[in-house]
Amino acid sequence: MTVETIADTSAEAPELRGVHTLSMAKAINAGLREAMRNDPKVLLMGEDIGPLGGVFRVTEGLVAEFGERRVLDSPLAESGIVGTAIGMAMRGYRPVLEIQFDGFIFPAFDQITTQLARMNLRHDGGMPMPVVIRVPYGGHIGSIEHHQESPEAYFAHTPGLRVVSPSSPHDAYWMIQEAIASNDPVLFFEPKSRYWPKGPVDHDHAGLPLHASRVVRRGDDVTLVGHGAMIATLLQAADIAAEEGRSLEVVDLRSLSPIDFGPIVDSVQRTGRLVVAQEAYGFVSVGSEIAATVAERAFYSLEAPVLRVSSFDTPFPPAALETEYLPSADRVLEAVDRSLSY
Amino acid sequence: MAAPSRDFTAPTVQLLTPEGELRPSPEAEEYLPLVEALPDAALEQFYRDMVISRRVDVMGANLQRQGQLALWVPSHGQEAAQVGSARAARPQDHIFPSYREHIVGMIRGLDPVAILKLFRGATLGGWTPEENGNFHLYTLVLASQTLHATGYAMGLQFDGATATGDPESDAAVLVYYGDGSTSQGDASEALVFASSYATPQVFFVQNNQWAISVPVSRQSRSPLSLRGGGFGMPGIRVDGNDVLASYAVTRRALEEARAGEGPSFIEAVTYRMGAHTTADDPTKYRTDDEVAYWTARDPITRFRTWLEGRGASAEYFDRVDEEAADVAAGVRTRALDVTAPPRSDIFAHVYAEAHPLMEAQAAWLEEYENSFEGDQA
Repeated sequence: MTVETIADTSAEAPELRGVHTLSMAKAINAGLREAMRNDPKVLLMGEDIGPLGGVFRVTEGLVAEFGERRVLDSPLAESGIVGTAIGMAMRGYRPVLEIQFDGFIFPAFDQITTQLARMNLRHDGGMPMPVVIRVPYGGHIGSIEHHQESPEAYFAHTPGLRVVSPSSPHDAYWMIQEAIASNDPVLFFEPKSRYWPKGPVDHDHAGLPLHASRVVRRGDDVTLVGHGAMIATLLQAADIAAEEGRSLEVVDLRSLSPIDFGPIVDSVQRTGRLVVAQEAYGFVSVGSEIAATVAERAFYSLEAPVLRVSSFDTPFPPAALETEYLPSADRVLEAVDRSLSY
Repeated sequence: MAAPSRDFTAPTVQLLTPEGELRPSPEAEEYLPLVEALPDAALEQFYRDMVISRRVDVMGANLQRQGQLALWVPSHGQEAAQVGSARAARPQDHIFPSYREHIVGMIRGLDPVAILKLFRGATLGGWTPEENGNFHLYTLVLASQTLHATGYAMGLQFDGATATGDPESDAAVLVYYGDGSTSQGDASEALVFASSYATPQVFFVQNNQWAISVPVSRQSRSPLSLRGGGFGMPGIRVDGNDVLASYAVTRRALEEARAGEGPSFIEAVTYRMGAHTTADDPTKYRTDDEVAYWTARDPITRFRTWLEGRGASAEYFDRVDEEAADVAAGVRTRALDVTAPPRSDIFAHVYAEAHPLMEAQAAWLEEYENSFEGDQA
């Protein structure tokens, strides 16, 4: 299944033509519905995803349309969800799994890293694993422990996995379908603080491939790079900087493994300065990898060291402290000031 | 601290006594017709399988001692549990092994050289399940395969490939693991999913008494067969050194699975006569008396005694010994020919679709290695 065939067959579902204003949660819901209509091998499995529609209602209405055979309310066991999905993928199915919250993916970590990620390799290419693991992630929702984590680096570090994270409803609608169409396992990180803001979704034009990064705001002075919910923070920082006469460029990674470095390096070659921002811990993070790679590929263009703005290297604190813990537009601008001071 | 001793006995399905007499235990009576229906050729096949298994196993252990394998996982002593259960499966069934079921793979058509390739460090997998009797790859992370098996069995249900009433096409899944693996969380989660979705599946636990150096009493304070009932499926304890009982119990459970009656849990009580792997030293943790007890219950001797009583000739047994020696020698020769795969294998198939890091790193390594060409004349 390719992106093109999805776009073509969307003609069979006229309500999904044209441009609609949707929240990211609704956009993912629409993308899942589209993928399930187009391929009977696609099925959903997770905790509370049936009649309830998931704790974030992302799968709302899908069990009614597709039935319990294709929307499975699973036992409460994350390793079991991923492990059985591997067996289903061996049988030719394309399971799309929901992990209820970021902090609950770790019981499945073994099945994801030692089994799912290696199964095709161990079969000499004869056992592709088209499994998508949807993970609502990140802070800004004031929730309790283990409900606001950003664990994406663990998976970006693991060979055999692909890791993506949309920042807008349009990308979410298309990227979930592209992830399902991929013959490799994909960790699909959904920035849960962005589930509700609405944006335009063009159901006719997919835009970029799954693993392409994209410049979402043009600027000349400093390049900002981030993903997921951080894009909204970076755009806010760029707005504030503009009022102060500074022009910041914002690049949305969209994909964390592989990383599309082309647009980042191109941007840095123009601006000479790079600030990488992320909600995750900074130590041994995706931001660290970007800093190292940009130093290798754009060394002579850099006017300042690459700076990272991250959460602190502590467990996510009680939610009452989250605004001081998470990178804000002001913390990004503080790094911009430092970069410009070189 | 040593746990206080408890009674570990449980009703056990046994058809052949350790002395080689067909004298079914009360639990085994119902299985007698299944065994009586077996033609002589099938019984001789069981014996042949077990002897070949042991011979290949000794060969593998020797190769490791000679430095030709990184590791070998002995199956000595577990032949009856493995052969009986494997011969109970039908061609359309799928088998998910742990990593000790060499003869199960061979029964399904796998060339054992593929297994030696794995232990020789030449592959991470070794074979294609669909070309080898649906015998899936070995799994080294204990009990991971129990969930894959359950998911596969769920897939059979989705496809309508089971419980149609056609014994020629209805399929089931047979998954192997050991007493140590039963403690893994995945083993419990697989039982939960299997029971909940009533999968066409048989969980076959070889309780060989030892998880490397730790006795089964550390894994479970009650007979493992009770696990089945706790998860909502039949749990059956069978004498795993009795090939007839292992066959009959597995056959019945697989038939029920294919008929849509749901999963079963079988505990085959057996003994790992050798080491856990060639890196192990069992003299450090178990007694000579214990080994002597199990030697007297040897699965091959027991079955041979029974076959002799039925009139099998000395020539038959000699012929099987010769065949087993030939098989092992042939496998050994071909295993020694296994060489390192091309370096491109490092990168090939990590992803099913194009990946920029794989392409860049493969190209870099190739160029780097080629830069030394001519350095060493």
